[in-house]
Amino acid sequence: MIERVCVVGAGTIGSLFAGHLAQVVDVSVLTRRREHAEALNARGLRVTGRSDLRARVHATHNPGDILDFELGIVACKGVNLDAAAGALEGRFPEATLMTVQNGLGAEEVVRRHGRWPLISAITFMSGTRHSDTEVTYVLDTPTWLGPYEDTPQERVEEVAALLVSSSLKAEAFADLRPAQWSKLVFNATVNGVAALTALPHDFHFAAEAEPGDLGRVVRSLMDEGKAVATAAGIAAGEDPWEMNVLATKRGSAHFPSMLEDVEAHRPTEVESINGALVREAERTGVAAPLQRALYALVRGKEAAYS
Amino acid sequence: MRVCIVGCGAVGSLFAANLAQLEDVEVWAYDLAREHVDAINADGLRLTGAGEVAGRVKATADASGLPACDFAIVATKAMHTEPAISATAHALAEGAVASVQNGIGNEEAIAGHVPRVIRGTTFPAGKVLAPGVVQWDVKGDTTLGPFEPSPASMEEIERLADACTRAGMPTHAVADARPAQWRKVVFNAATNPVGALTGLTHGRICERPDLRALVSSLVDEGKAVAAAQGIVLDADPEELIDHAARADVAYGHKASMLQDVEARRATEIDYLNGGISRFGRELGIPTPLNDALTALVKAREASWGQVLHSQTRSQGGV
Repeated sequence: MIERVCVVGAGTIGSLFAGHLAQVVDVSVLTRRREHAEALNARGLRVTGRSDLRARVHATHNPGDILDFELGIVACKGVNLDAAAGALEGRFPEATLMTVQNGLGAEEVVRRHGRWPLISAITFMSGTRHSDTEVTYVLDTPTWLGPYEDTPQERVEEVAALLVSSSLKAEAFADLRPAQWSKLVFNATVNGVAALTALPHDFHFAAEAEPGDLGRVVRSLMDEGKAVATAAGIAAGEDPWEMNVLATKRGSAHFPSMLEDVEAHRPTEVESINGALVREAERTGVAAPLQRALYALVRGKEAAYS
Repeated sequence: MRVCIVGCGAVGSLFAANLAQLEDVEVWAYDLAREHVDAINADGLRLTGAGEVAGRVKATADASGLPACDFAIVATKAMHTEPAISATAHALAEGAVASVQNGIGNEEAIAGHVPRVIRGTTFPAGKVLAPGVVQWDVKGDTTLGPFEPSPASMEEIERLADACTRAGMPTHAVADARPAQWRKVVFNAATNPVGALTGLTHGRICERPDLRALVSSLVDEGKAVAAAQGIVLDADPEELIDHAARADVAYGHKASMLQDVEARRATEIDYLNGGISRFGRELGIPTPLNDALTALVKAREASWGQVLHSQTRSQGGV
């Protein structure tokens, strides 16, 4: 029975989990900044958009002050994941931890810090963070969950049911890897192209009529990614190209996080997304020249900050 | 002889001011920048930097005022070739018209309007400092040869090359200018879009092994398209790229396409990587990386038309 949830990292996605789950269970939040925790304790968390919620949460920036919990949702950025998992090392042995980071390899990072049962998750929901205590729920698309290593499937289904009971969309899978790879290929391509072109994820990404049209490159990049997944022995999941076409038709163009990051000169998630894909291509011996180029160009763009 | 410079920006001004030093050459300049034209007519055209030169040039923004010319040197940005040559063709019908522009496809556009065309490539560079004043950054050679489908005579080409050389712009008249032109195109196409997309200078691109490898892959595609036309480059672009990366050469140089992107000006991508892709398609040579970089840079240009409202941006899933 899950009665207490700890959300580690209260960015957009972490805030959406915390705000919804607090309607059905006790929620604590571990933040990186002291002021963020103080603001949450003083004002609670406000969710607008697809939901209209006010939530009381117990927040702290000090890992030593975390209250006991049955489920930990590790929702920090990939670049902060190792430090966040390290803060939990040796503690909460009865808890299950769920990772929701973009890309590949989050479970391995957390595993290095403890033997907790782990749940792999990928989320397609999105939001806009207005302040430390306010977030708008923009896309109410689902979060997909699956077991990592020997985590029992019943645990995965219990967590999915908890998310659904809090008005989030969630679905449990026996094998999440096909979905993880669909999203990886989608994310590596859409994020990388957006970061380089400064275009939000709009109609250009699906345009293929003329030789210089961006959609042709997007399709070729995704074909390379799918070939890597196949070589890695992953069963075909949802087609990233179909996901791309659908996403560009939904009206308001989404600003991929990697574009936001390069515009703000912040480190991007290129290593855990594009880097993960390219390293997997090397491991499986698949030539992926366009994905390699995209990876090198985004890394170059980061290098140009200074 | 009477020479018209079509497009009197930085490179056009280097030719115009230097040629104006010769007793036997009358120089006209056609340019749409009216302040620049007015300043040239009032005070002459002045170069500073790699050489200090001041020349009398007859400038006009109105092509109907041009007299019949023996030669023209087209030096516009590649995307302006068509309108510029279309406007000036009446004065160039009896003359020989040379392109010294970036990229490929300019001679084809010129040949659509005038009968005798000279294929050219040039290395000197500079920038317009103020109306009538141009900074001469780099000296270098120019190569001129016949545009094969619609050629000027070798005698004409040699006459123009001789005038440029006497004026202080060393110029070679050759039977085949394609090796020099493709060397420059392959060099620029391999380096310019990488700078434009990342924001890195030439030297910083070359010291990153992953980007340097991408540059080499772009060079290989360009060389394959050149080879399919029977063109053997007159120098190895790889050596030129590494040479330029040296601290004492062009380590800190921002590619012109990067300068265009930073200023939100249209780039010459369609005539560099886009040109290699186009020739590749016609010749059956695959150019996937040039195709991709063309589309990425064009998408970057498209982003300038987007209105960005940060408060409507959503984050998360992607």
